[in-house]
Amino acid sequence: MGDLIVLAISCILINNILLAQYLGNCPFLGTSKKMETAIGMAMAVVFVLVLAGVITWITDHYFLKKLNLEYLRTVAFILVIASLVQFVEMFLKKSIPALYAGLGIFLPLITTNCAVMGVCLINVNEEYNFLEALVASFGYAVGFGLALILFAGVRERILLARVPRPLQDTSIALVTAGILSLTFFAFKGMV
Amino acid sequence: MARSIVQEFTKGLWAEVPPFRLVLGLCPTLAVTKSVENGIGMGVATTFVLVCSNVLVSSLRKVIPAKVRIACYIVIIATFVTVVELVMQAYTYPLFLKLGIFIPLIVVNCIVLGRSEAFASKNGIFRSLLDGLGMGIGFTLALSALAAVRELLGTGDLTIWEKPIQVFGPSYQPFSFMVEAPGAFVALGLMLCLMNMVGKK
Repeated sequence: MGDLIVLAISCILINNILLAQYLGNCPFLGTSKKMETAIGMAMAVVFVLVLAGVITWITDHYFLKKLNLEYLRTVAFILVIASLVQFVEMFLKKSIPALYAGLGIFLPLITTNCAVMGVCLINVNEEYNFLEALVASFGYAVGFGLALILFAGVRERILLARVPRPLQDTSIALVTAGILSLTFFAFKGMV
Repeated sequence: MARSIVQEFTKGLWAEVPPFRLVLGLCPTLAVTKSVENGIGMGVATTFVLVCSNVLVSSLRKVIPAKVRIACYIVIIATFVTVVELVMQAYTYPLFLKLGIFIPLIVVNCIVLGRSEAFASKNGIFRSLLDGLGMGIGFTLALSALAAVRELLGTGDLTIWEKPIQVFGPSYQPFSFMVEAPGAFVALGLMLCLMNMVGKK
């Protein structure tokens, strides 16, 4: 149990997927201009990432490894993620329209979010067991949400600041992300 | 507005150079640019996937049904990424280990899917080939440039192929911030700023 808590903390803070592992940076910059979109994206990622982490782990463990097809991992994982996203989208549209309205436009973007694929690959490369894979996927997803929402808050403030013209928009956003990453860097000594 | 064939190739080198102008494919840009060697390796691998998938998507563009096109593109891209993965594992194993998880992640690099969707699905094979090649070379140059800045400041060396070359000499105090994650963000941000300044004039 203790190990799992340490794993969760390390996934959320120390190895934060956005700021320490450099995964999922396109939506990080793309959806952080407004707080609302950031929250929508963060929730969609938590939802899909946990499901994808569990399902790809099962695929890898019970199909690819049994059949000695590990070299097909990339193809298999991306297909699982793409069909999962499509399925989740259809399911939400039919059964929970309120949630669909909130997450709607962010769901298709998740297929090409490298955070999802990255976490699935990390789970397999680190040879986590089922429970560890579940906790790690959840931890990484929460870390993604945390960093994205924090960053959106900062970016809303930057709109009010007078930024020199060449630095505007993406450029200043990246420098800000660097400073945010520096603060997360301080968690390195924790575990 | 029809572009000439030469423009199709050169737009990837400056006007639309992927990680800077289009702000796509940032993850590998930030992650692998700790040394020039990694940057070049990643760039070449991505170029290969870009060119092959562009050509295949373009030649199949009349066969693929519009509704399932994204899924088809992803399968095509994933196939070529697997090819790159296996080839690198066989011939450049140390580089394969250094790039690690980022090789399979070329599948979800938005540049590759973006070019298939935005360009190859609407244009002929030869133009798509040039577009892929131009974008790939632009991406490689961008990665190498960023990697050179980070490695020079972060370690004082330049690693072009396997052996580091000492540039600043042994008395240089490494500015190790640059090779860590925060340095990657700041360096890319400042580089974008520089490109904006040059582009304006």
